[in-house]
Amino acid sequence: MLNQEFKVPAKLKTTSMVLLGIGVVTLIAGVATMLLGKEQLEQNRFWSVLLQNSIFFLLISLASVFILSATTLAQGAWIVSFRRIPEAIGSVVWVFATIAGIVLLTLVWTDNFHIYAWLQDGYNPHNSLNALKNFFLSKSFFTIWTVVVLVLWSWFGIKIRQLSVRQDSEAKGSTKTYWQNFNISAGFIFVFALSLASTIPWLWIMSLDSHWFSTMFSWYTFASSFVSGMSMIMLWILYTKRHGYLEIVSTEHVHDVGKFMFAFSIFWTYLWFSQFMLIWYANIPEETVYFQIRMHGPYRIFYWLNIILNFVCPILILMPRPNKRNYFVVTLVAIIILVGHWIDFYQMVMPATVQEHWKIGWFDLGIVCGFVGLVMYLVSNKLTKAPLVPQNNPLLKETIIHIA
Amino acid sequence: MSIKKFAVAAYDDEAVLFPAVKKIRSSGYKIHDVYTPFAVHGLDEALGEKESDLHIAGFIYGITGTSTALGFMSWIFTTDWPQNFGGKPHFPLPAFIPITFELTVLFSAVGMVLTFCYLCQIMPGVKKHIFHPRQTDDKFVLVIEVNDSNAAETEAFLKATGAEETNIQIAESDWWYGRFDKKEDYEIQQQLA
Repeated sequence: MLNQEFKVPAKLKTTSMVLLGIGVVTLIAGVATMLLGKEQLEQNRFWSVLLQNSIFFLLISLASVFILSATTLAQGAWIVSFRRIPEAIGSVVWVFATIAGIVLLTLVWTDNFHIYAWLQDGYNPHNSLNALKNFFLSKSFFTIWTVVVLVLWSWFGIKIRQLSVRQDSEAKGSTKTYWQNFNISAGFIFVFALSLASTIPWLWIMSLDSHWFSTMFSWYTFASSFVSGMSMIMLWILYTKRHGYLEIVSTEHVHDVGKFMFAFSIFWTYLWFSQFMLIWYANIPEETVYFQIRMHGPYRIFYWLNIILNFVCPILILMPRPNKRNYFVVTLVAIIILVGHWIDFYQMVMPATVQEHWKIGWFDLGIVCGFVGLVMYLVSNKLTKAPLVPQNNPLLKETIIHIA
Repeated sequence: MSIKKFAVAAYDDEAVLFPAVKKIRSSGYKIHDVYTPFAVHGLDEALGEKESDLHIAGFIYGITGTSTALGFMSWIFTTDWPQNFGGKPHFPLPAFIPITFELTVLFSAVGMVLTFCYLCQIMPGVKKHIFHPRQTDDKFVLVIEVNDSNAAETEAFLKATGAEETNIQIAESDWWYGRFDKKEDYEIQQQLA
């Protein structure tokens, strides 16, 4: 008999609560000492840390919705055995969307031009932004598009799980809900292409350096969030397996997720390098200014950590087949990737907002703890709400006998 | 190059083949090879085959490509013929990366294809004995090497594992270069007839 009902282990519950507590306390302390303080730099740091973390955790949980949609459309059977994990992560996207939405809209509606410089530029008739960019980087467009996208992401995340859970109680062999989910997934891919894969990273992150632009930027952000999202799914699979759940998930399925981590680390490097090399080769001052501070300035260490943690480590460690099938090694690499891409987001945001005065202090770590605790708490709670095996999925047999 | 005697069994379905392979191996027979019309997942594990080292060869070829490209380009642009392109340094590493990548892929791809051909003993013109004309069509053909004393017994055992057809063949166990109807092969068939 399969162990279908996930019960949150007491240790996970306490850990998540403690982390969440640390996060809340840090936030309050941050408001008291940094936001309400007199120093502009500290206020900037406060907002940048919130911005970076809320976007990072929103995007890596959104990656679960993406992988679900993509595999549903491709009718991939391998993911069905642990489908409930990305579904659980996807269905709590709305929480992270709310947090990110609050942070983003507060920044825009309080005219915080220390973070989004275009808020000031936009008022200046002699600014160098062209007309279309003036429209794109306007308060109204930013607000409308952000809200629309956040609502759509949350809705799709909830809907995909809802349909999958509904299938459990349907008659055996009925595929109506399955095809409904297929159509919903197609819809999500369309929304995803127009939001995360193109406009949203430009709007939220790239506009921090409002005079700099790169068309590769969204794809590069997508790759970053997707590979960390897969790592997060991997950590959840291994955690639940370790506690005696998900018996039908075998080394073959873990191997497949490992392949995703491996392949998309290379994909991320490809995009990161494509963006870098074109700018480096063309050597136009308004473009190279972006890399000036990151490569030669105070952010040099993150620039190299980025390459080492996100490219060298995954490619060398995950290349041999036995390593992708070793639970300890993939856990290690998943953590490396998550830390690495957190650093990637850090160096996307910080140079534009706090310039050379970066420091990773108590506030950064506290906020990260809070978000990690939130992920642990929400996802583990969601996992208890539905059986861990989608029994009526037409691909269930195929997923059990799956060989990587 | 050696002529050997083989017991050959042809199965209709991989669902019959898998239990048969298990039974044959647990009874102590050594399977020479299995020929299937398509790649059967899990068959290599069932046969007790070790994981192929082809990917390690691939990694070595790739690394060779990387160092060839990087080494050659840096030697040209720093030592042999330094030139200034668009004000770039004489060792413009980012500009070398695409070519390094291409050469890595080229070396590992070509090297792995050749190694694969060598390991599987396939090449244009290289011939191997075909045990069953339908082994690439719809039959799963299992071959065991036998000698004169245990041939009949092995064939009976194979029949008992659910084989559709069984027979004894004397054949070249290695590959040869040339035509299928080469003299030795022809003589073997005559002996058998």
